Amino acid sequence: MEFRDNKAIYLQIAEYVCEHILLGKWKTDDKVPSVRELAVELEVNPNTVMRTYELLQNKNIITNKRGIGFFVADDAITQVKAYRKTQFMDDELPVVFRNVYLLNIKFDELEARYNTFVKENFNP
Amino acid sequence: MIKINDLNFGYSKHKLLFKNLSMQLSNGHIYGLLGKNGAGKSTLLKNLAGLVYAQSGTLEVLGYNPAKRQPALLQQICFIPEEFYLPSVKIDAYVKANAAFYPNFDHAYFATLLAEFDIPVGQKLINMSYGQKKKLIIAFGLATNAKLIIMDEPTNGLDIPSKAQFRKIMASALTEDRCIIISTHQVRDLDNLIDTVIMVDENSIALKASVEEITNKLCFKRVKEMDDTIIYAEPSMAGYNAVMPNFHQEDSKLDLELLFNAVLAEKNKLKPIFN
Repeated sequence: MEFRDNKAIYLQIAEYVCEHILLGKWKTDDKVPSVRELAVELEVNPNTVMRTYELLQNKNIITNKRGIGFFVADDAITQVKAYRKTQFMDDELPVVFRNVYLLNIKFDELEARYNTFVKENFNP
Repeated sequence: MIKINDLNFGYSKHKLLFKNLSMQLSNGHIYGLLGKNGAGKSTLLKNLAGLVYAQSGTLEVLGYNPAKRQPALLQQICFIPEEFYLPSVKIDAYVKANAAFYPNFDHAYFATLLAEFDIPVGQKLINMSYGQKKKLIIAFGLATNAKLIIMDEPTNGLDIPSKAQFRKIMASALTEDRCIIISTHQVRDLDNLIDTVIMVDENSIALKASVEEITNKLCFKRVKEMDDTIIYAEPSMAGYNAVMPNFHQEDSKLDLELLFNAVLAEKNKLKPIFN
């Protein structure tokens, strides 16, 4: 995995886990990789992965069954979406807004773009 | 695991390398030891392994004084030096001669590591390339199952795939009861592997803090313009790479090179933040 420079590693690992859950690679009640397995795969310190798992536990995305390991929580997808939405609103949207303001882009222009994007990528 | 108190050390009596150096290290961590050339990284590691002796102060490793070189301690230390010598024998003869000193030596794990590192067996050690030799002593050292693992510039000489392999192996080698100390100049090889930074400068420990503590207290980011809050900055493509106090609880990624230079340049501004 290629890490970016602008975000703490433990948060990038959280995104990685969330991505797997959203894409359905890891489903509810599935066992997620152990701290050690994920640390080896991503070539990072196991304590960093532990920090990620503690965060995801607090967000009710994964649960810890003592002695067995970590599992994808019941409504993990809902929780991931809520967590990602907060992150998007707090971290990514301000950057977009800044450009919208600086480049003087109108909201109706954005809306048209958004609708085309959804149609092309997700065909609702 | 390790307690150092008021350590004074110098290769000559008149010029001390460490003055009243104190620090404690615990198990379950990978410590990254950083410092300029000649700051004393290797010397500090040699003190821990009982290879050089301090003028004064106390040093305790797993409850022992390493300077006494008791077998009960030495069998729990794996020291991978930067410069080393390997005899003109094959791997199995080397293992036969040396593994006996380590009661917990794991032959199966050693074989796994040789395969993971892609080290040719059946060749005389002396005919191997520097990188292959290095990988061999790393594999041997880890297979001793020692509690304290000390590595001096372990990634020097390793090719690109070996460096990735090294990171994987080290990530799996860290257990609750082990303490791993890695000295390095190649911070980019290891920056996601270490969880605590130790920086030696001007005869003592200039900084010892976990990555979590550092990024709680400091924020590393690109800025367009300099301002008073910035502790240290370096020009970059579009502005500056800057270190500043973490006023807004941002979760930034630790930039070890920038931190290193910040500690060297702005020691007085950083000291109060970490005390």
